[in-house]
Amino acid sequence: MGIDNSLKVDIGGGLQLKNPIMTASGTFGYGSEFADYLDLQRLGGIVVKGISLQPRPGNPPPRIVETSCGMLNAIGLENVGVENFSSAKMPFLRKIGTPVIVNILGDSIEEYSELAEKLNVIEGISAIEVNISCPNVKKGGVAFGTDPVMVKKVTESVKARTSLPVIIKLSPNVTDITATARAAEDGGADTISLINTLMGIAIDHRTRRPKLANIIGGLSGPAIKPVALRMVWQVANAVKIPVIGIGGIMSTEDALEFMVAGASAVQVGTANLVDPDTAERIIDGIGDFVEELGCQSIQEIVGTLRTD
Amino acid sequence: MTAIKFGTEVLRNEKITDDICRLTLLAPAIAEKARPGQFVMVKASDDFGLPLLRRPFSIHQATTDGQLQILFKSIGRGTAFLAKRQPGDILSLVGPLGKGFTLPSQPTNICIVGGGMGTAPLFYLAKKLLRSNTEHKAIKVFLGAATASEIKVLQNDFAGLGGLTVLVATDDGSTGHHGLVTELLTDNLDQAGNWQVYSCGPHPMMKAVASYCFARNWSCQVSLETLMACGISACLGCAIRGSGQGVDSNKPYLHVCKDGPVFAAGDVAWE
Repeated sequence: MGIDNSLKVDIGGGLQLKNPIMTASGTFGYGSEFADYLDLQRLGGIVVKGISLQPRPGNPPPRIVETSCGMLNAIGLENVGVENFSSAKMPFLRKIGTPVIVNILGDSIEEYSELAEKLNVIEGISAIEVNISCPNVKKGGVAFGTDPVMVKKVTESVKARTSLPVIIKLSPNVTDITATARAAEDGGADTISLINTLMGIAIDHRTRRPKLANIIGGLSGPAIKPVALRMVWQVANAVKIPVIGIGGIMSTEDALEFMVAGASAVQVGTANLVDPDTAERIIDGIGDFVEELGCQSIQEIVGTLRTD
Repeated sequence: MTAIKFGTEVLRNEKITDDICRLTLLAPAIAEKARPGQFVMVKASDDFGLPLLRRPFSIHQATTDGQLQILFKSIGRGTAFLAKRQPGDILSLVGPLGKGFTLPSQPTNICIVGGGMGTAPLFYLAKKLLRSNTEHKAIKVFLGAATASEIKVLQNDFAGLGGLTVLVATDDGSTGHHGLVTELLTDNLDQAGNWQVYSCGPHPMMKAVASYCFARNWSCQVSLETLMACGISACLGCAIRGSGQGVDSNKPYLHVCKDGPVFAAGDVAWE
């Protein structure tokens, strides 16, 4: 397959992807883990594991458990920190030839903006994705992503410190997803991605203990797809900037459903853990679909949900 | 070393007991690379794709003619599905994965301690030890199980390899020593000797074996099991606490899929 323009998508901030299939943060390591299983060069974009200023050790085990049609995790944002990421992980990533999007996380607004500034000068990064589902340590640990005022502030401060496109990754653990989406847009976000995991608990009724050491974990996988589709549809109708759909995408059909709901691109998450070549399979499937439809561009299907 | 993903054909499904199964798969690309102690991730899903996540299985045996065996007890949805596989069925595998056992390059005394399904990777280890260029002074195998029927086939398989001694212990005393497999060690290992110990089994058993070895300054390698999502160090879900010694001494957690599943006993925090 050569360069196929029909799969190109625009995801905001001047960033164009060769196709709409990206890999979601936290499910694709730093890219190299998957080199044996698929052609990394074919991916629309790689979103790497969330990076913080300092390395983080992660949560005590057990960290994961399978639940009905999904997976609950509390990894605890284990990562190598921005310095190690730059020196040890970027050399491999920048050689691939696929846009690298760096997911960032922090305990305070200052931490997010410092990360944005550091990443701004690292060669080979195409965009920053901001994980705002983290607890705001200075505000009693309430997640940034649940308060529209904080969402706008984080977005503004990240934007002020980088010239890279900024994607705000929304938390679904809110009453009105359009409120935080609009706050991100007002703060100057180039793109919105959603959804992050849904908070949940798994319990062993015999021991009467939670199955995760952290008690609460984030739910992902096919179980959350209908929730994600609903939120993507609502947000796509509420903002003007491009939306990236995430949540339980396992197949080509799933990816297309998100695009019909209004997503300009999608991220494959938990499916990477099950079948490490899923993203490439979906890229093939989207190509076949465009051919079958006979359309000029996959972008023609974005936001075409018929509700009449 | 490169791991791969592909469909493998089921050649044989042996029922060891009502709920213990041994599957023989045709997986040449994995079998030729597999080393003792490594594992494969198996998609054990029904037509609805459930369970969702692959399940890790240690390699019970890999042959030069491309066959690979896994040994397991049917305890949940995934293993129940695998227990029903018939010759000709196709299973998707990813592997070989992880760090296996390190085999001694000098002749030494070798002690293998397995408990329950933890015996699975030790058979391949014993076979490789016997077929290596190094002629070891002694190889003693200690196997623990709940009852005679669970261990009979494996006991015979180990004995059939020749060149090693097999001793068993059962919880109900139906065969061998009535009690814990670790209770066999003192009477059957020359305490003045230096033993290379390999162990896999229930956590309390491995903990006992590890502390037995620490007390005697014997080298001990253990193969650990955790819940695992990907097996390829992408999710970091399979963390265990490290002792702060040996590999990655600056990190509180080790990952079973990448740093293991085989660890030097001293690298693990035994809690």
